Amino acid sequence: MSAPSSGAVFRGIIRRDLRLAARRRSEPLFTLGFFVVVASLFPLGLGPEPELLRRIAPGVLWVAALLASMLALGRMFAADYEDGTLEQIALAPSPLVFSVGAKIVAHWLVTGLPLVLVSPLLALQYGLPADVVAHLALSLLIGTPVLSLIGAIAAALTIGVRGAGVLVALLTLPLYVPALVFGAGAVDAKLAGLSAAPNLALLGACLALALLFSPPATATAIRISLE
Amino acid sequence: MNWASASDFFAMGGYAFYVWGSFVVTAACIAGEILFLRARRGEALRTVRAEKVRHEAAA
Amino acid sequence: MTNSVTHWFRYASPQSFYPLAGRMIPLFAALAAILASAGLWIAFFVAPTDAQQGESYRIIFVHVPASWMSMFLYVVMAGWAGLGLAFNTRLSAMMAHAIAPTGAMFAFLSLWTGALWGRPTWGTYWVWDARLTSELVLFFLYLGYMALHAAIDEPRRGDRASAVLALVGVINVPIIYFSVQWWNTLHQGASVSITRAPSMATTMLMGMLVMALAFWMYSIAAALARVRAIMLEREAHMQWTHQLTETAR
Repeated sequence: MSAPSSGAVFRGIIRRDLRLAARRRSEPLFTLGFFVVVASLFPLGLGPEPELLRRIAPGVLWVAALLASMLALGRMFAADYEDGTLEQIALAPSPLVFSVGAKIVAHWLVTGLPLVLVSPLLALQYGLPADVVAHLALSLLIGTPVLSLIGAIAAALTIGVRGAGVLVALLTLPLYVPALVFGAGAVDAKLAGLSAAPNLALLGACLALALLFSPPATATAIRISLE
Repeated sequence: MNWASASDFFAMGGYAFYVWGSFVVTAACIAGEILFLRARRGEALRTVRAEKVRHEAAA
Repeated sequence: MTNSVTHWFRYASPQSFYPLAGRMIPLFAALAAILASAGLWIAFFVAPTDAQQGESYRIIFVHVPASWMSMFLYVVMAGWAGLGLAFNTRLSAMMAHAIAPTGAMFAFLSLWTGALWGRPTWGTYWVWDARLTSELVLFFLYLGYMALHAAIDEPRRGDRASAVLALVGVINVPIIYFSVQWWNTLHQGASVSITRAPSMATTMLMGMLVMALAFWMYSIAAALARVRAIMLEREAHMQWTHQLTETAR
C-alpha cells in the first residue's frame, strides 16, 4: 500500500484534530468565554458612556481577541506531545511542514473562527455601526489566522517547558504588534469614515508572509523540541 | 568653553536632573554589568575547580 | 585555501577561543575607555548649547548611541544564532547568549534616557512615538530570548530554540518598526515626535558617533568576557578547563 498523499494527510490531520476538539467541547468555549469576559470588563472599568466605548471598541476588541487567541496557543501541540502523537507525525514520511500547517488550520478553526463569528455581538455591545461591525469581523477573519500562525512558532518552541504559558505570552506579544496595529487600524479608519483598505491590505500582506514562513519555522521548532 | 564655573557645569542650565539622571544611570548600568561579569567569572571558576576536584578524586 | 578555512574553524572550539578572547578583552576595554573619554569631552565641552532645548539635549549623546547599539547588537546576536543553527557549532550559540544581556541593557538605557529627554523637551516622560515604542518592543524581544533560553534545561535544545526565536525576531523587527511608524502617523496630533531630531550640528553628530563607537567597543569586551564565563560554566567537566592556569589552586 503506497503512502497517503500530502493532501490526504493534511485533511486527515484537520479532521482528527476537529474530532478531538469536538469531544473536548470545553476548549473552544474557554477561548470564546475569555474573549467575551475581557470585552465586558472594559466598560465596567471605564464607564458606559457610548461615545467613549465606540471610540475604544476597535482597539479593545482586537486586544481581547489577541489575548484569547494567545491563551489558546498552549493547547496547540501539548496534547499530541504528551501522548507521543507529535513524534509520530514528525517521523512520518509526509513533510512535517504540511502536517504542521494542518494542525494550525485546525487550531484556528477551533479557537480563532469562533472569535470572528462572535465579534459582531460584542461590537454591537460597544455601539458600533453596522458597516464598522462588518469590518471588525473581516479584520479578525484575516487577522486571527496571522495570530495562530505566529503563535504556533512560540508554541512549538516551548513544548514541554515549565512555565510555558507565560513564556509564550512574552514571546508572541512583540510579534503580534503589526497584526494588532493593522487590524485595529482598519476598524478605526472605517469608524472615522475613511477607507479601511490600506490597513486591511497590510494585514493581508502579514497573512501572506505568515503563511509562507510560519509553517517551516514551526516545523523546525518542533524538531528542535522533540530532540 | 561652555561653562563659566564648576557649579554651572553641574547645574546644566537647570536640567541637571535629566542630564545627570541619564549619564549617571548609564555609567551605573555599565559599571554594574562589569561587576556582575566579574562575579559570574568567579562563580564559573569555582564550578570548574569543583569539577576538577571531582575528576581527580574519581581518577 | 584549505589552510584558511581550517584556520577559521579552529577558533570555533571553545578551547581555542577562550585564550584568544581573553587577550582581546583588554584591547577592546581600552578602546572603549579612550573613545568614551573623547565622546564625553565632545558632549560636554565642545558641543555648544542648543538654542531651543538648552542643556537637556546633551542626553542624545547617550540616548542615540544606546538605541543604535541595542538594534545593532540584536542583529549581531541573530547572526551568531543563525551561524549556530547552520553549522551546529556550540560556540556560535554561546556568543549569541553572551551578547543578549548587553543588548537588553542598551535597550533599557535607550528607553530610560529617552524618557528623561522627553520630559523637559515635550512635557511627558513617555511618548508613544515610533522610535520609543519600537525600542520597547525590541526590549521585550531581548527579554523573550533570554527567558526562553533560561526556561529550557537542556543546553542543546535551549541553544537551538532561542536561535530560532532570534531569527524570527530579527526578520520581524523591520515589520514591527514599519507598523509602529504607520500607527504613529495614523494617530498623529497627540504630541510632537521625538524622532524628529534637532538639526544636527557637525559636532553633535561627531559626539554621537564617538559615543556609539565607545559603546560598541565596550559591547565587544563585555560579550567576550561573558562568553568566557559561559564556556567555563558549560565545559566545566572538560579537561581543558581543568588545565587552565586560573583554576590551579
